Amino acid sequence: MIGGLFIYNHKGEVLISRVYRDDIGRNAVDAFRVNVIHARQQVRSPVTNIARTSFFHVKRSNIWLAAVTKQNVNAAMVFEFLYKMCDVMAAYFGKISEENIKNNFVLIYELLDEILDFGYPQNSETGALKTFITQQGIKSQTKEEQSQITSQVTGQIGWRREGIKYRRNELFLDVLESVNLLMSPQGQVLSAHVSGRVVMKSYLSGMPECKFGMNDKIVIEKQGKGTADETSKRCLRQESCGKQSIAIDDCTFHQCVRLSKFDSERSISFIPPDGEFELMRYRTTKDIILPFRVIPLVREVGRTKLEVKVVIKSNFKPSLLAQKIEVRIPTPLNTSGVQVICMKGKAKYKASENAIVWKIKRMAGMKESQISAEIELLPTNDKKKWARPPISMNFEVPFAPSGLKVRYLKVFEPKLNYSDHDVIKWVRYIGRSGIYETRC
Amino acid sequence: MTDSKYFTTTKKGEIFELKAELNSDKKEKKKEAVKKVIASMTVGKDVSALFPDVVNCMQTDNLELKKLVYLYLMNYAKSQPDMAIMAVNTFVKDCEDPNPLIRALAVRTMGCIRVDKITEYLCEPLRKCLKDEDPYVRKTAAVCVAKLHDINAQLVEDQGFLDTLKDLISDSNPMVVANAVAALSEIAESHPSSNLLDLNPQSINKLLTALNECTEWGQIFILDCLANYMPKDDREAQSICERVTPRLSHANSAVVLSAVKVLMKFMEMLSKDLDYYGTLLKKLAPPLVTLLSAEPELQYVALRNINLIVQKRPEILKHEMKVFFVKYNDPIYVKLEKLDIMIRLASQANIAQVLAELKEYATEVDVDFVRKAVRAIGRCAIKVEQSAERCVSTLLDLIQTKVNYVVQEAIVVIKDIFRKYPNKYESVIATLCENLDSLDEPEARAAMIWIVGEYAERIDNADELLESFLEGFHDESTQLQLLTAIVKLFLKKPTETQELVQQVLSLATQDSDNPDLRDRGYIYWRLLSTDPVAAKEVVLAEKPLISEETDLIEPTLLDELICYIGTLASVYHKPPSAFVEGGRGVVHKSLPPRTASSESAESPETAPTGAPPGEQPDVIPAQGDLLGDLLNLDLGPPVSGPPLATSSVQMGAVDLLGGGLDSLIGGTNFVAPPTAAVPANLGAPIGSGLSDLFDLTSGVGTLSGSYVAPKAVWLPAMKAKGLEISGTFTRQVGSISMDLQLTNKALQVMTDFAIQFNRNSFGLAPAAPLQVHAPLSPNQTVEISLPLSTVGSVMKMEPLNNLQVAVKNNIDVFYFSTLYPLHILFVEDGKMDRQMFLATWKDIPNENEAQFQIRDCPLNAEAASSKLQSSNIFTVAKRNVEGQDMLYQSLKLTNGIWVLAELRIQPGNPSCTLSLKCRAPEVSQHVYQAYETILKN
Repeated sequence: MIGGLFIYNHKGEVLISRVYRDDIGRNAVDAFRVNVIHARQQVRSPVTNIARTSFFHVKRSNIWLAAVTKQNVNAAMVFEFLYKMCDVMAAYFGKISEENIKNNFVLIYELLDEILDFGYPQNSETGALKTFITQQGIKSQTKEEQSQITSQVTGQIGWRREGIKYRRNELFLDVLESVNLLMSPQGQVLSAHVSGRVVMKSYLSGMPECKFGMNDKIVIEKQGKGTADETSKRCLRQESCGKQSIAIDDCTFHQCVRLSKFDSERSISFIPPDGEFELMRYRTTKDIILPFRVIPLVREVGRTKLEVKVVIKSNFKPSLLAQKIEVRIPTPLNTSGVQVICMKGKAKYKASENAIVWKIKRMAGMKESQISAEIELLPTNDKKKWARPPISMNFEVPFAPSGLKVRYLKVFEPKLNYSDHDVIKWVRYIGRSGIYETRC
Repeated sequence: MTDSKYFTTTKKGEIFELKAELNSDKKEKKKEAVKKVIASMTVGKDVSALFPDVVNCMQTDNLELKKLVYLYLMNYAKSQPDMAIMAVNTFVKDCEDPNPLIRALAVRTMGCIRVDKITEYLCEPLRKCLKDEDPYVRKTAAVCVAKLHDINAQLVEDQGFLDTLKDLISDSNPMVVANAVAALSEIAESHPSSNLLDLNPQSINKLLTALNECTEWGQIFILDCLANYMPKDDREAQSICERVTPRLSHANSAVVLSAVKVLMKFMEMLSKDLDYYGTLLKKLAPPLVTLLSAEPELQYVALRNINLIVQKRPEILKHEMKVFFVKYNDPIYVKLEKLDIMIRLASQANIAQVLAELKEYATEVDVDFVRKAVRAIGRCAIKVEQSAERCVSTLLDLIQTKVNYVVQEAIVVIKDIFRKYPNKYESVIATLCENLDSLDEPEARAAMIWIVGEYAERIDNADELLESFLEGFHDESTQLQLLTAIVKLFLKKPTETQELVQQVLSLATQDSDNPDLRDRGYIYWRLLSTDPVAAKEVVLAEKPLISEETDLIEPTLLDELICYIGTLASVYHKPPSAFVEGGRGVVHKSLPPRTASSESAESPETAPTGAPPGEQPDVIPAQGDLLGDLLNLDLGPPVSGPPLATSSVQMGAVDLLGGGLDSLIGGTNFVAPPTAAVPANLGAPIGSGLSDLFDLTSGVGTLSGSYVAPKAVWLPAMKAKGLEISGTFTRQVGSISMDLQLTNKALQVMTDFAIQFNRNSFGLAPAAPLQVHAPLSPNQTVEISLPLSTVGSVMKMEPLNNLQVAVKNNIDVFYFSTLYPLHILFVEDGKMDRQMFLATWKDIPNENEAQFQIRDCPLNAEAASSKLQSSNIFTVAKRNVEGQDMLYQSLKLTNGIWVLAELRIQPGNPSCTLSLKCRAPEVSQHVYQAYETILKN
């Protein structure tokens, strides 16, 4: 298991060092600094073995987190734990920076003592942790409160405490998708997928039992086998939605979702944590709506000039608006000057980034826009050819490119006197660009 | 609150000041001071001098302060064990606190204080906490048992904590169960033999129930533990799999990977005909793909594991090529791993896409990545025949870029393509020759030299090219290739190149200090000077095909690594013993055997190459292909085994070739046995042995040969790329033989077996070639009896009966050594007559006498005598002195050494005394061992 955990700043100075096992000594702290942080070459692997000691590291801005071990640990678990630790720290004091870590080092030690015991990760749900790691000194807890804390930390529903009350029962569902594309210069889709998340913010009283439904192809088809009456109803609903069911390649759930029930009935039921959490992640690859198409044209005019023309086309309902559109056209390293002309938005050559950045604030569906640029090159005798990185794009659209629709989210709380109808529900769809690239 | 100020105190006399503050009356000031101490500790300053002052702050009701003091204690208690005792009272008191959080904190911290004296005081509080009413305390106490075990294992056993821990597996709280499982698994690892985690269907059921309820981390502990369980049949395996599959949808990648591990392992037991087997395969693909959208570090772990899974079960991900395409912004470690998997998944169906991608990658910036991409193009050409032409033209395009490392890499892979498709793409040689000047890496130079030598007849200026390379002959890395290439050239164009070949031979044999080079030089020289025709046959022989798959992990290792999915071992692709110190985790894990009967039918299918078995015999892995022209020599003409009686000349010839060249490659001292090996001493010994039998013992009726030990594993499959050899030695009616059992545990068919012995003390040598009549297919076992002679070269070994053996097959040459029992060398005419015995006994000086005790051997003289007789130890005389039976015995070794023995047996006493006299006293020890084994079996 994990033998020790260190946090360094960008210079390699130790900010936090917590050793859990006897086989890890102080020299491990230095070994990592010398061999990884101060290494001359770029790090080639997130796992490093130095003198039979293995170091796992992740970096957040310029802070290094390293877990150390001498045993054959579960590597995936160690990384998951490091990410989790970042989440917990962020939930307590915001951004992970040298300043914040130094300011909160006592808190971090207390957290590390709680969420990692002898190198074994323990309950690390912030909801639960915040009930008893408060940095407020000891609160005079009643016996009841104490046992409530411990039963929550160890219990089956470790992510929610009992006795939550809201005057207004309300929930927000965000369907956040990032659409990824790799396209050849000829417009052929090399790979495309959507990775989506359903984020829920719940402000519900008691221990509500929730059931979530979406237009999952498998569920819809299963229901389709029902009576004819139901089928016609379903058709109606589908018409009103205007969207067919979608094929989900794979999905993963927050630990509150009953996985065995999903496995057998494909129904998503859970008792949600209080506040914001990520209910599920999913991935689709079929019938993706690609919101934009990029058509590049690069021509080399002699050895000292490049002509670039890029057309973007929006491909969704004209009534919808895409926002924060940004097209990034890479330029060679030996660029000396650039002239750009664009029909819409603003375009600038950014020498420090070796790219022409073209920004458009808003763009409606089924439109098209164009940029053309002339790039002057300095003559070089560098034999190596310019690698021509792909043209990448960023945007945000108000729909889910996968076609996912939320069909329902039902709430049952048998003990308290509010019903599903009393809960105010909000649903929002946001599609963002992930890695959206077109080769040129 | 700005605690960062604590990091900046660099004043002199700091410790002194802190001391004063720690002893201050004001609580706030105290707390500040402790914080400062912890901050100094973090940055590596030694603040151990403050120990008593800090410990004094421990008695507080401020939980935050208490935790800080505890943190300090954990760090420094070891350096101040006596002072640490001061803290014990507080701990014991805290373990009784009404607040469960404080009880747990105390027991958790106490376990981290690694001071022997403290552990004694820990036992009672720990026992209470293990039975605490609060689950939070119990789950902490469970881990504490593992901590204590790490400090003092004996104490934990004596105190019965292990049983309490086992009881916790049935606890009502899932987190307690999970921590108990984790603690037990860890303890069990350091006691591989103990049956601590007594897993049975009932306890498995409990674990599977807890699996649904506990935290993500707990699920990992439980799944990792489940993976060590061995279901009793395929039905149980299936039912566990069914209950584990829902975990594949967990958001935590480690849970997913651990579930994959359990499934991959138990799948081994399921029959492939089962519907469920297919369903399971289908269910595995999506979660594996989803892992690739995790954070890059986790992607890396996932990719390393997918690499293993693809090798073990290629069918799972064969349709998922696209997800392994490299993204421009992937970190380099993810890119390189993805590329590896792309090559493994490349097939005729997706080759066009793959090639287009690879071509794209070859223009990237990172040198390692580009090289690997170029290499990948070559692998595709070899793997998918239909794509070869496109690959070659892509490679030529890349050569045109003139980027130095791209050109070199391309040349290396083109050489492999030539090997795979002879006489097809040689038209590109001209292009390659244009780039001679840019080759500055040994591997590329070697490849180019090989190409020039191999196709010398088509390259007009081959001699000039090679001559130009010869100028830099002292650059050691390519000498062997150059030597071979020039000899090839000479054999093809003898007239123009005589001078060149003489030059290179003299360079190799006279100016070089490298023994390999010199040996090879001499071999060529002699071949050329004695028989140019034979030289041609040898040097220009047809090369074996190169295999399609390279850097496959050796099957036994792969199986072991599959059992370690998700762990560091799977990231390093090494067994834990390679990077874990000490005894932990060194237990070898292995996949469960398949229970279904369809085993033989599916074995060829599991071979990742997918080539029909008929093609395989002459395939060698491509890594060795630079050595290829040497290796194929010694594979030689297939040894179609002449039975014992046929002309020994023929056998000798084969041996000469095999043995001689083996020694060239291996650099070991193998000497081919003289030709007339076998039949010489066959007739006589039998006769005399038999007559002896009749004239002396009427008691021994059966004509059983000497004692034969059970077969032992000599060469484990792990060490020999899947070939397992076990064997023993026998002596029967005058002839010695080595009974071998060869088992093929690899996925590939094995052929072309041959065996060689190193020189040994008694000149043991194979009397016939190793005859394996049919190719050895995967999972097949053959039994072979190899007749041995004792007329081989002699060299004294240490120990005397050590035998070093080399076994060769189409894959590689493997070496092992074994000890043979000396009694196989006791000849049948080893009976001395009485007079002679007396004279010899007196003649041998007394210092040559050795005495041994043979214990626990309750035999009477009669039985001992007859037992020994069957192993050719002959009783010359028998006497009874003062109630003791004295047996005088003689034996003769194959090399003519006589050994005289006196065996004293006392009726009623189970041990007997053996005195040995021999002119070569060093054999005595081994003769005694022989006595012991014979008498006790």
